[in-house]
Amino acid sequence: MSQDPQTEPPHSPRRSPAALRRGARAAAIDLGSVLVALALTFLGLLAITFVIGRVVPIDPVVAVVGDRAPLAVYEKARAEMGLDRPLLVQFAAYVGHVARGDLGLSVSTGNTVAADLRRVFPATLEVATLGILIGVLLGVPMGVLAASRQGSLTDQLIRVVGLLGYAVPAFWLGLVGLAVFYAHYRWVSGPGRIDVYFDGAVEARTGLLLIDSLLAGDIEVFGNALSHILLPAAVLGFFSLAYIGRMTRSFMLDQLSQEFITTARVKGVPEWRVIWRHAFKPIRVPLITVVGLSYAGLLEGSVMIETIFAWPGIGNYLTTALLNADMNAVLGSTLVVGAIFIGINKMSDLLYRLLDPRAR
Amino acid sequence: MATVLHWLLDETPTSRLQARLGRHARVALALTRNPLAVIGLIIVALLLVSALAAPLIATQDPVAQDLARRLLPPSAAHWMGTDELGRDIWSRTVFGSRITLTIVLLVAIIAAPLGLVVGAVAGYFGGWCDRILMGVTDIFLSMPKLILALAFVAALGPGIQNAIIAIAIATWPSYARIARAETLTVRHSEFISAIRLQGASATRVILRHILPLCASSMIIRVTLDMAGIILTAAGLGFIGLGAQPPLPEWGAMISRGRNFILDQWWVSTMPGLAIVTVGLGFCFLGDGLRDVLDPKQAGKP
Repeated sequence: MSQDPQTEPPHSPRRSPAALRRGARAAAIDLGSVLVALALTFLGLLAITFVIGRVVPIDPVVAVVGDRAPLAVYEKARAEMGLDRPLLVQFAAYVGHVARGDLGLSVSTGNTVAADLRRVFPATLEVATLGILIGVLLGVPMGVLAASRQGSLTDQLIRVVGLLGYAVPAFWLGLVGLAVFYAHYRWVSGPGRIDVYFDGAVEARTGLLLIDSLLAGDIEVFGNALSHILLPAAVLGFFSLAYIGRMTRSFMLDQLSQEFITTARVKGVPEWRVIWRHAFKPIRVPLITVVGLSYAGLLEGSVMIETIFAWPGIGNYLTTALLNADMNAVLGSTLVVGAIFIGINKMSDLLYRLLDPRAR
Repeated sequence: MATVLHWLLDETPTSRLQARLGRHARVALALTRNPLAVIGLIIVALLLVSALAAPLIATQDPVAQDLARRLLPPSAAHWMGTDELGRDIWSRTVFGSRITLTIVLLVAIIAAPLGLVVGAVAGYFGGWCDRILMGVTDIFLSMPKLILALAFVAALGPGIQNAIIAIAIATWPSYARIARAETLTVRHSEFISAIRLQGASATRVILRHILPLCASSMIIRVTLDMAGIILTAAGLGFIGLGAQPPLPEWGAMISRGRNFILDQWWVSTMPGLAIVTVGLGFCFLGDGLRDVLDPKQAGKP
């Protein structure tokens, strides 16, 4: 019955080869303009971190030579650090350094910021990825359910859960989660990525403990790491399921009010088929953008919860650096999180344009 | 009462005042028909009352320490228990509403007009002006808000004023986008051309004729953003970069309770509940306002 063109969603993925070629050319032009916009945005990000680095009330020259240095020594150090040059030249030098992967030295760890970030990033990636998985697996069905029973009690409940995602502080949810599921019920392990006993038990190949332990075939380590990551990932997952659920609901409501849905229902297509085949199929593309946005948001969200869970990721690194006034580390982490955030956003935007013919 | 309502809802108002009041009355009536919006309105009203009348509502001095009565669980004497210095958490939470309200109001007062002007100017003049202003806006928009605010506070130094400035810097771009979109829809309409033909300057057209039309979408957006602003402010306070002790800021209070969360759960939980309640209140109200003021968007996230 769904073969009938009238009940088929209006843009089924059946296109002639010529149309596909035309699409590919348009996509190539698109790619060019997206790349230019991406480069400009990165430059803007660099400009912002550069400006922030300038307004810091700490004089970087005094930090090196000390505040009792004679004026000649001060001037010499200032010239050596390139701080006497015009701002634009300094900015160009800064961009050059960053492009070569040089983010400066961290005062508090003594390593280069780039090396520090490479070390801490996998922990954040691991917890954010598990979080987005939870968010997609629960959020999408929740949104579809709410839309298919619009106005019902289920729908109201799901709406409130969605709004809670806006109103609950992530760090507070993490603390309450620790108090309930770790201290009271003992369902999960406490702060940290893994028990001290298992620390370094498996070879770090990817830096992702769950994958490393599986590669090593060590189920015990895997289980321990899982019991540690579950709570922080669930906290992040809550925020992503709230957002994804809300967006899915609104996309589905849009589709369900279309005429081809009424036609399908009138023709006697079973309701589950109307919902999943006819209404859900077209919203998969915009959902990709939503999931991308949510994933980028989780990287940001993990900044707030990592301190709670003593999670040795980029968020913990950033907050420690903030409290130690370690500006190179702060700006380096800001730059990396910002760049990933921008990258994911632009990528989901591009995917959307590639997959949805109407967006071209 | 009935005659007042009748006068307000008159279909053929005889004066500007009557028309304007009538419009407000219709919005208010429509809002009261939405249960969630009413709950939101009540919560926001309670926040206002608690901020204005904090000394009357609080049972004790929010900064008075009493080490003999430290870390007491919630009881009749201390409704939310006491913290590690023996201070009454209920009184601190009540006084904390002043700080929260100050932050959201100041951020709104700084960010909304800034975004409005940038967006309206970009939309009205178009061309290069539009491209440059919106380019800057898009760069700010594409950056994670919280990280941006964190980096700015790190540069400006911790404290409540700098937190407000940093949050405002991270918030204005979305208002600029909205104001630009609204401006574009009215820019070429006949009433704008008529005013321009009468010799009105660009400043006058933007300030007197375009900005008022952006008001309703701005009110919706700002109300919906309030929860996010509260969360960011609490986050900064939690990390230790926002309001400094002994100020009873909710985020900082949660942070102080971290060390006791496993045994004395109330120290962190109570101020968190206040944040959640107020945040939900603004969300409900914003959702309700959108349904009333902007029926096209109703039901969208």
